[in-house]
Amino acid sequence: MPLARAFSVALVGVRGHLIEVEADIANGLPATILVGLPDTALREARDRIRAAIVNSGESWPNSKITVGLSPAALPKRGSGFDLAIAVAILAADDSLPLTAPVGKMFLAELGLDGRLRPVPGVLPAVVAAEPDSDTVVVAAQNAAEAALVPGVRVVAASTLAEVIMWLRGGPPPTPPAPQAPPDAPAPALAMAKKLDLSEVLGQVEARMAVEICAAGGHHLSLLGPPGAGKTMLAERLPTILPRLEGTAAIEVTSIHSVAEALKPGEGLVTVPPFCAPHHTSSKAAIVGGGSGLIRPGAASLAHRGILFLDEAPEFSRDVLDALRQPLESGEVAIARATAQARFPARFTLVLAANPCPCARTAMPGGSGCRCSPAARRRYLGRLSGPLMDRVDVKVVLQPVSRRDMLYDREFAESSAVVAERVAAARERSAARLAGTPWRLNAEVPGAQLRRAFHPQAGSMKPLERVMELGQVSARGADKIIRVAWSLADLAGRDRPGVDEVGLAIGLWLGVAQ
Amino acid sequence: MNAKDVLGRAGEQAAVSYLEGCGFRILDRNWRSADGEIDIVAVERHTLVVCEVKTRTGTRFGTPLDAVGRAKQARLRRLAAQWLAAHGIRFDQIRIDVLGLLRDGADGFTIDHVRGVG
Repeated sequence: MPLARAFSVALVGVRGHLIEVEADIANGLPATILVGLPDTALREARDRIRAAIVNSGESWPNSKITVGLSPAALPKRGSGFDLAIAVAILAADDSLPLTAPVGKMFLAELGLDGRLRPVPGVLPAVVAAEPDSDTVVVAAQNAAEAALVPGVRVVAASTLAEVIMWLRGGPPPTPPAPQAPPDAPAPALAMAKKLDLSEVLGQVEARMAVEICAAGGHHLSLLGPPGAGKTMLAERLPTILPRLEGTAAIEVTSIHSVAEALKPGEGLVTVPPFCAPHHTSSKAAIVGGGSGLIRPGAASLAHRGILFLDEAPEFSRDVLDALRQPLESGEVAIARATAQARFPARFTLVLAANPCPCARTAMPGGSGCRCSPAARRRYLGRLSGPLMDRVDVKVVLQPVSRRDMLYDREFAESSAVVAERVAAARERSAARLAGTPWRLNAEVPGAQLRRAFHPQAGSMKPLERVMELGQVSARGADKIIRVAWSLADLAGRDRPGVDEVGLAIGLWLGVAQ
Repeated sequence: MNAKDVLGRAGEQAAVSYLEGCGFRILDRNWRSADGEIDIVAVERHTLVVCEVKTRTGTRFGTPLDAVGRAKQARLRRLAAQWLAAHGIRFDQIRIDVLGLLRDGADGFTIDHVRGVG
C-alpha cells in the first residue's frame, strides 16, 4: 500500500492540535517532499529521518515520497513530528502493517542513529491527543511527563528499532529504568522548603499584607529602603500558598513544559511558581513572544504563582505597561502573522521599590538622601498610574531597628501557621464562589462583585467618602471591596464590615500602618 | 577508454536491448548539442521518449536513480526540445524516462525503469 497515516501533535502556545501525517510513495525519481507549512527544523526532518531509518536496519524506499502534514494551514514547528513521519513512511513502504499506527500518537525527535530524543511540550500535546488516541509513543526521557495525563497508555522507547519491532507485533519496548536525577536537588523546591516567613523580623504589617495577598490572590507593592526585607517577604510568599492541584497543576506544568523549564524527572509542578525576572528583561521575556516559535514569558511562567518585580522602577516602562493586559484578563494573547497563541497568566504581582534612586531616605536619622523631590517623584513616577491602580495592597516598609527584631522574634509566626490560615480563608471564598468560574476574591469581576455579594449594611460609608474625595477610582473601589472580602475570610466573618473596608482602603492607598 | 566509460557504454547497450524488448523503437543514440547529450531517443506507440541511462556498479554512492537530480531533469527537458527542433518532427506526447542500471555479476544488469520523471 503506497499510502499510510500516523498522528502527532502541533503546539500553538500551550494548545495542542492533532496533526495527521500522511506518507505517499509514488513512482518517480527518489525524492522526499514535505508539505504542510513546515519550518526549517521540520524541513530538515527529511534528512534526519532517512538516516534514522537506514541506521535502524530498515530500507529507505527508492522512489518519490510525499509527506503531508494536515491541517496544512497550521504552521508546524520543531522536530517532534520525526517519529510520526518515519512510521508513516515505513507503513507506506509495507515495512510495517498498515493498521499499526492507528489510534497511536507519536511525539519524538529522531537522532541520525535512530535514537528517540525528548521534545518540549509533551504534556500539553498528550492532553490534546487524549480524546483521539489511546496510546502515545514518546522518548524514554518524556515518559514521566506523558504519564501525568490520566487515561492514556504511554509507550516509551529509546530507539526507532524498538518502536518498529513493537508495531510489527513484538513486545512493547522496555526502556531502561529512568536514571536517578542527578544529586543536586531541584533548587526551587529545596528553597521553598527552607524559606520561612518567621525569618522576616520586625515587619508585622508587611507580613500581614503578604498573608492577605496570599488569601485573596491580590497584587502587592512593597515600598521601602534597602534591607527592610522586601525581597525576603516576596520570596517567602510561595511558602504560605496552598499547593497546586488538579487542572491548575496541569496548566502550570504545561506552560513550564513548553518553555523547557521543567527539570528532568520532575513530575507535576505542585509548588506555586515564583518568577523573579531581572529588571533588564525585555517585553518579550516578560509577556512572551519571540519570532517564529512563540514562547511563554515570565508572566506565564508565574501562572498560579508569584511574579516578583524587584526594583520595579528600573524596569522599562514598556515592560511594566505590557503587564496591564494579563493583570486584567489573566492571560496573554500574542498575535503573529501566522498564528495566535494564548498563554494563561493569572499571577499575583509583587512589586518592590526603593523610595528614591539613592535609597538612603529612611536610614535611621532620616538624613543622607541627596535626591531632590523632583528626582524622587520621577523615580516612583516610572510606575505608571494605571499599573499602580491595579495593585490592591500597597505597603510602606520602615527600616527595622534591633529592638523591633528582638521583640518580634517571639511573635513571628512560621509559614506553616500562616499557610493554614490562608488555606482556611481560601476555602471560605471558594465555598462562597462555588458554581462560578472563580476561586479567589481577586478574580471576581467587579459587576458580579457588586451584584451577588453584599457587605454589611453601612460598611461602605468610608469607601463612599474616599471616592467623593477623588482618592479612589471606580476600579480601585472594586479592588478595595475584594480585599475587604479577603480580610473577612481571614477573620472568619461572613461578610466584611466597616473595619474590613476601612483597612482595605488603607491598604489600597498605602497608608495603613 | 576509461573503466567508467566502458561501464557506461555497456550499460547503454543493455538499456537499448531492454527498451527494444519492451517494444520501443530506437530513433537516435548519443545525440549531442551544445547543452549536453541525450543517451537514447526512442518512440513508444505515439510518444517520444527521451531516455537517460545511468549505470553504476554499486550503491555506495547512492543508487543510480539518486544521481538524476533536478538540474539534470531540467537539462533533459531542454535537450528534448532541441532534438525535436533539430529534426523537424512533431509528437503529440513527449516523455522523459530514466533507466538506472546496477551491475550484478559479470555482464548482467538490474534495470530500474522510471517513466515520466518530469
